[in-house]
Amino acid sequence: MKPRQQRMLAVGLAALGVAVAAGLSLRAFEENMMFFVEISSVVAGDYPTERNFRIGGLVVADSVQREEGSLDMRFRVTDTRCELGVVYSGVLPDLFREGQGVVAHGRMGDDKVFVASKILAKHDEEYMAPEVAESINKHVEDKIATAQGTVAECEA
Amino acid sequence: MVPEIGHFALILALALAACQAVLPLLGAHRNDAAMMSVARSAAVGQFFFVAVSFFCLTWAFLQDDFSVLYVANHSQLALPTGYKVSAVWSAHEGSLLMWILILAAWTMAVARFSSDMPEKLVARVIGVLGVLSIGFLLFALLTSNPFERLIPAAVDGADLNPLLQDPGLAIHPPLLYIGYVGFSVAFAFAIAAMIGGDLDQNWARWARPWTVTAWAFLTVGIALGSWWAYYELGWGGWWFWDPVENASFMPWLIGTALIHSLAVTERRGLFKSWTLLLAISAFSLSLLGTFLVRSGIIVSVHAFATDPTRGFFILSFLTVVVVGALVLYAWRAPALDSSAGFRLLSREMFLLLNNVLLVIATTLVLLGTLAPLIVEMLNGGKISVGAPWFEIAFLVPMIPLIFLLGLGMHTAWRQQNKQPWLRLLRLPAIAAVIIGVVLPLLFYGRVSLMLAVGSIAAVWIVISSLIQPIRSWRRKEGAAAITRAALGMCIAHLGMGLFVLGATVVSAFGVESDRSMRVGESVDVSGFQFELRELREVQGPNYTAIEGVVEIRRDGTYVGTVRPQKRQYLVQKSWMTEAGIHPTWNKDLFVALGDQLGDGAWSVRIQYKPMISFLWVAAFVMALGGIVAVSDRRYRRGAAQESAA
Repeated sequence: MKPRQQRMLAVGLAALGVAVAAGLSLRAFEENMMFFVEISSVVAGDYPTERNFRIGGLVVADSVQREEGSLDMRFRVTDTRCELGVVYSGVLPDLFREGQGVVAHGRMGDDKVFVASKILAKHDEEYMAPEVAESINKHVEDKIATAQGTVAECEA
Repeated sequence: MVPEIGHFALILALALAACQAVLPLLGAHRNDAAMMSVARSAAVGQFFFVAVSFFCLTWAFLQDDFSVLYVANHSQLALPTGYKVSAVWSAHEGSLLMWILILAAWTMAVARFSSDMPEKLVARVIGVLGVLSIGFLLFALLTSNPFERLIPAAVDGADLNPLLQDPGLAIHPPLLYIGYVGFSVAFAFAIAAMIGGDLDQNWARWARPWTVTAWAFLTVGIALGSWWAYYELGWGGWWFWDPVENASFMPWLIGTALIHSLAVTERRGLFKSWTLLLAISAFSLSLLGTFLVRSGIIVSVHAFATDPTRGFFILSFLTVVVVGALVLYAWRAPALDSSAGFRLLSREMFLLLNNVLLVIATTLVLLGTLAPLIVEMLNGGKISVGAPWFEIAFLVPMIPLIFLLGLGMHTAWRQQNKQPWLRLLRLPAIAAVIIGVVLPLLFYGRVSLMLAVGSIAAVWIVISSLIQPIRSWRRKEGAAAITRAALGMCIAHLGMGLFVLGATVVSAFGVESDRSMRVGESVDVSGFQFELRELREVQGPNYTAIEGVVEIRRDGTYVGTVRPQKRQYLVQKSWMTEAGIHPTWNKDLFVALGDQLGDGAWSVRIQYKPMISFLWVAAFVMALGGIVAVSDRRYRRGAAQESAA
């Protein structure tokens, strides 16, 4: 083959491959991307109903309950403004603790409770998922700004 | 005092790096032999001072010098000595210093093993490496000084993150960095060729061993990381498509494309500008990976604690390197291309396909990794891309790649005669289809489409990698003995086959199950009975642990006992899961303790992972193939003169 044809062939193959890959991957992408939804939005009813999404916040102190001897458990997460109940069944990550940050994947079940299929807790003491930190800081700043700590009641 | 010596040595290293960058490059430009000859001694000097600096930091860790902030944050009196050493590279500052040390070591190796290369090329390669070194040294000195003092000194340190107190993770970063940083040598060769406007087959012969060696280290480094994630994170998966994993995987994919493209450039003098582009990309992706990991810009479980100035510095450095290299490429590369041709059925064609598919795979991984950033910038909300997407998308280019691999190996350069080619490959192809379908049926009792595709592909690669070595072995001595380079290729491809086999079987037949267990209870997973015999307290050097004793039986026959632990590290008060694994060559039985559920019960994660050990063995086999290939006669010193004579 002449160099010119070689180049055309290479470009043609690459273009074809990229097109096929892009088409397939875009379709799969739609199905597999997961949105992060703030707790306050979830409580206000603003969340995707047909698909899984992520939530994140702090585990409320003394909110972890489980049936004796069972893997089923429930706890509450807060973004310091609203609280949301979460149910989960399975082994928890090592760094899951009350008062600490947590991220959960799953979808809303009945009774306004989030049914988690996966729980992630941070790996590093210094590290908190940026979107969780952001959603919490927003409300903390609100509170500091009004100096009473009573603003922005949770609206369900 | 020692930390100050370390700091000072780092500054001296920067001064030498400046000499190493400026004088040889200028000398090569002006044809000044004296200036060019600075290159080698500056490289050695720079290595010496960086090593002194690294040694000083290690010393501070061994002496428990908690007046050094970095030591106080990442060590502790009771930490075992081995982990005090590995704590040196356990966080940002120290691992950056190690990066610099490895860069200096590669540079020194180039200085040492380049006596048959033209002086100008040596000067340019070492000069470019000097420029890179300046960038990293400035990064360390300006934003990430590991020798910063803590006044008043701490009484005891905050301890090394318990997750990192593990032998696998102690050696994973050095190997990974040797690989990452090794691509900077390939990058330097590419830049040197473009500056000199001279790229012949000898250039590829010189550049190739460096690239393959770096690739081999990167392969082992990634495998060790995957192994660590498997047994230490207690999740039992081996690849999570986490951004940080992807950050190391993308340079590997492009590096793999590069070593194949270099083969064409060396043997046939083709694909020159493409090789240059891949060399630039491999190193740029290494830098991008560093940026992603250290800037905290992407959500990842591995992320280092965030510091915006560091992210800004790496991004600027990345931009300078990439833009600079690409401008040079656009300007000089067109003049370098050659005009030889090849036929449709030729090894060149298969290597071209290899490169196209690997680049597509890299692009997909890059897109998936950066998608959360892109979507957020377009105000599309905060998304994450799950592993299922990567698994589907990645297979699209990979399946054809794997099948073509077996064909390409047996295709001649320039032009392959069709008839003998078909005759040679017909039998292996039929055998692969039959074995690939029968094997899973025989051992696991079922087969599905994806499973069949995977196991046929694996058997196909294994068989076709064995053809050439077996033929040369049966022909006994003398006649057409296989070269080390060809043997290395066969070994590496065999590794690829083993990897595909392991990955296919473990994803098809792996079982994960979360259970609740009390002492004396037994659960059944995949035909194995796991009985929790006892729970007891165990005392470690810097932790206490609850250890479960789990006896595994199969239909009453004793298989083994595992001892999973739940450790609490005393300083950070954090809990860590140490999985109990019963490994055999064809399966792992994995037990991890979860939490206390009350009423004497514990949550337990039990997993059956068939053939998972193949994944890591495969990575070592691939790397071994690379090393065997590098040991080929033609890469040894003086080989050029020999072949010319």
